Amino acid sequence: MSLSMILLTIAFFFYLVATVLYAVSVTGRKWRNKEGRVTGNNWGLFGYITAIGGLVFALGYFVTRWITVGFAPVSNMFEYLTFFGITLSLAFVIIYGIYRSNVLGVITLPVVMLMIGYATVFVTDYQPRQPALQTYWLEIHVLTTGLAQGILAVSFGAGVIYLLRTIDLKGKKMTKRTFGVEFIMYTFMTLFAFIVLTNAFNAFGYEAQFAYVNEFEEPAEIIYDLPPIFGPNEGELLSSDRMEPWFEMPDWIDSDSLNTTAWAFGSGLVLFGAVRLITRRRIGTLLQPFVKRVNPDLMDEISYRAIAIGFPLFALGGLVFAMIWAQIAWTRFWGWDPKEVWALITFLFYAAYLHLRLNRSWQGEPSAWLAVVGFAIIMINLIFVNLVIAGLHSYA
Amino acid sequence: MNQKCECGRVNPYGTEVCGSCGKPLADPDSNRLLNMRYEGAARRSQIYSTSIIDKIWNFFSSVKVGVGIIIVTLIASSLGTIFPQEMFMPPGETPEVYYAEEYGALGQVYYAFGLHNMYGSWWYMLLIAALGVSIIIASIDRFFPLYKALKSQRVTRHKSFMKRQRIFGTSRVEDVDHTFQAAQDILKKKRYNIREENGHILAEKNRWARWGPYVNHIGLIIFLIGASLRFFPGMYVDENMWVREGETEVVPGTSGDYYVENQGFTYEEFDEDDEIFADGMEASAALQFEETFRTDAVLYRPEGPLGVDQELEEVDRHPIEVNDAFHFDDYTLYQVDYKLDELKELSFEVEDTETDEVVGSFTVDLNDPDDTYALDNGEDVRINSYFPNFYMNDENMPTTENDVPDNPAFIFEMANPDTEALDHTFLGIQANYNVSPDQEENRYEFSLDGFDTNDLTGLTVRKDNTIPYLSVGGAIFLIGLVQGSYWPHSRIWLQRKDGEVWLAAHTNKHWAPLKKDIDAITKETGITAPRDQIDDEYEKGEDKDNS
Repeated sequence: MSLSMILLTIAFFFYLVATVLYAVSVTGRKWRNKEGRVTGNNWGLFGYITAIGGLVFALGYFVTRWITVGFAPVSNMFEYLTFFGITLSLAFVIIYGIYRSNVLGVITLPVVMLMIGYATVFVTDYQPRQPALQTYWLEIHVLTTGLAQGILAVSFGAGVIYLLRTIDLKGKKMTKRTFGVEFIMYTFMTLFAFIVLTNAFNAFGYEAQFAYVNEFEEPAEIIYDLPPIFGPNEGELLSSDRMEPWFEMPDWIDSDSLNTTAWAFGSGLVLFGAVRLITRRRIGTLLQPFVKRVNPDLMDEISYRAIAIGFPLFALGGLVFAMIWAQIAWTRFWGWDPKEVWALITFLFYAAYLHLRLNRSWQGEPSAWLAVVGFAIIMINLIFVNLVIAGLHSYA
Repeated sequence: MNQKCECGRVNPYGTEVCGSCGKPLADPDSNRLLNMRYEGAARRSQIYSTSIIDKIWNFFSSVKVGVGIIIVTLIASSLGTIFPQEMFMPPGETPEVYYAEEYGALGQVYYAFGLHNMYGSWWYMLLIAALGVSIIIASIDRFFPLYKALKSQRVTRHKSFMKRQRIFGTSRVEDVDHTFQAAQDILKKKRYNIREENGHILAEKNRWARWGPYVNHIGLIIFLIGASLRFFPGMYVDENMWVREGETEVVPGTSGDYYVENQGFTYEEFDEDDEIFADGMEASAALQFEETFRTDAVLYRPEGPLGVDQELEEVDRHPIEVNDAFHFDDYTLYQVDYKLDELKELSFEVEDTETDEVVGSFTVDLNDPDDTYALDNGEDVRINSYFPNFYMNDENMPTTENDVPDNPAFIFEMANPDTEALDHTFLGIQANYNVSPDQEENRYEFSLDGFDTNDLTGLTVRKDNTIPYLSVGGAIFLIGLVQGSYWPHSRIWLQRKDGEVWLAAHTNKHWAPLKKDIDAITKETGITAPRDQIDDEYEKGEDKDNS
């Protein structure tokens, strides 16, 4: 394993330990100081120090990889998702510095780990950059945008805490709000299950090779990294000892992607269902002990503050720098490429958020939901637009 | 219609909070928190609503309407990414057929609704224009009253103004003068501007941040105006050109003012066995990893009197790469595409079937063929027909798709000394037929002897005179955004009322830093910590504030 990957692994465990420390700090007993007064405990401080340690190792990964490849490692899915995780932890470290909110660590740092974990699903080897990326604008544009998205993701973390804190999840009846919270939980469990599953099959070197007929009616071959539930068009299994697909897909469906997606959402559903059955409670309620002492008003402010800091930075990196580079590399500052359009959508969405917040009735819970949706839009642009919608930005 | 406040100030009709002393005028007897948006100043949109202009003004000045336009634009924009836009369609396809074939029924719907060319559609443009109008009107409607209100605010505040601030507290202190002095010193250290009046204090910080939204809206308007300038003639050029190695072509869009020569095209791929990148390249689905493509370009200008004999004079030269364009005059030449190994020359050998001897050979420049070629035996080969990109059309006649020599084919013509007739031979890639009209055996046989290729470079010619406007607009926008986002406008009022110290505070943004500043005062002085009244307020139900 390369030095940079070792550093990233160490960083990952630091984030894990920091999460545990923060969890202890919000649920654990309060300490007394020398005069015997209850002052809270120091676990939060230990968590903060560990989180900073994680950030230092993560930056170590970033710098060593940068030195090896000769450019900022943000040019494919693995590198960018990892970078996003790092910027989120950086944004957390900054915002914790302002607000000292331990519970923010309990929610945000697991998202950092999920992000880095998800990144490893993609090719982690060094890849060269195509001509359009061979310029310092790669660093200027992507580093700024990544930092902005990391900060905006903190608003999502604070928003989720707000919702967990204020929404009654114990009631029997399912409402739009309980469904919403559970959906967020399900999404994270899906991501978690998928990361574990992919890495497990990867570790055992699972591969199922098919000969099939592609959409141009030509014979082709394809390798599945997960057991084929959905097989390719007229697929013929070439690997031995592998299960036969349950369903054969027509040629116009990308059967491998469908199979991967089915595994992801299916395993998420199994995990979600299992936890629900065992605990007989909503998943959200399992997190509520961490948030019960939280001041919702403060969470609302953190969420808003993160957007107030992140939005101008996103406009700078995601639109202005992007336009300057597009003018230099692609001859036009704007070309309605799907990634460009989704950057505009992100911008418009947060602009709408900031205008809605002028009205006091949109502060609090509505703002928290909006912060969740904003993060979803960022993730759509990051993953869906890259992997599903073809465009100039599809590098992975 | 104007209202005179008890402090003596005459406020314009519609004022909710007196611009001078802060007395609530709209609902003086309520004890709800004061709505501090725009300082309770009267706005045009809330005063007039009779004429049609008032109605339009009021519509566009509403933030609700503005957000509505933003959301509609956002949803529309996302619809346009479901399938590729028309401009990303493979060349040569017609949209009617393409969307239906490629994406089925959904594609047909997509096309029928015009979503395939959405961002240039009249209704999308109209949305952007509506957004612009909303930005202008909403800003004017708010800026001037807000500016006046903040400028005319006096230090002395009405009691009910104080009581109805979110942060409010009263305390009894021993020595009011001393306490005020101490508080003032603390706030000065925290960079508040202090104003005193009748023994009261107003500490204010970052008022200029309140202008941020208006500054960024001005920037946006300049940007939108700049973007619309593209549609004026002479502002914008977008042309593509292909230049073969060694050739000189007129630069389209420059009205013949410039010519560019492609002195050589370089194409490099990453080394498959690269020490660092080998694994990553193998793991990727991509088949090739281009490293560089570059055109060594020379720019010329025709000199001398206009006419046939103009000489081309070199102006400049530049190796054009992606990310390193060739700038000249108002124009820029970009490296965007290439075509490697296009056929350039074909060589043929001619054999006399009677003697089985080669009687000569010739080479055809596929981009500029001669009419005839002389053979060693003194005979001539004439090109009867040339099909650079050959195919058989519906009537089963040989024809060419275009003049790009991707699939060249010829009909050669030679005099047959035996029959005195003309031999015709059809020759193409893997095709060699006798097509003589007399159907007789041909005397001479042609065969393909060799070929030569060259590379083409694909360049885009761009002129965009709107960019200065966009840059100015974008810069102003960012400045305004930062100005409005990174500094909260905070005010703390300290007043002597009924022998007590009254403290109230307001900020347009983040309350935690403001509370910290107040904590510093309460820690150091006898003033007790004020209450944050927002919690009580929430319990009273939804804020009926609209617009």
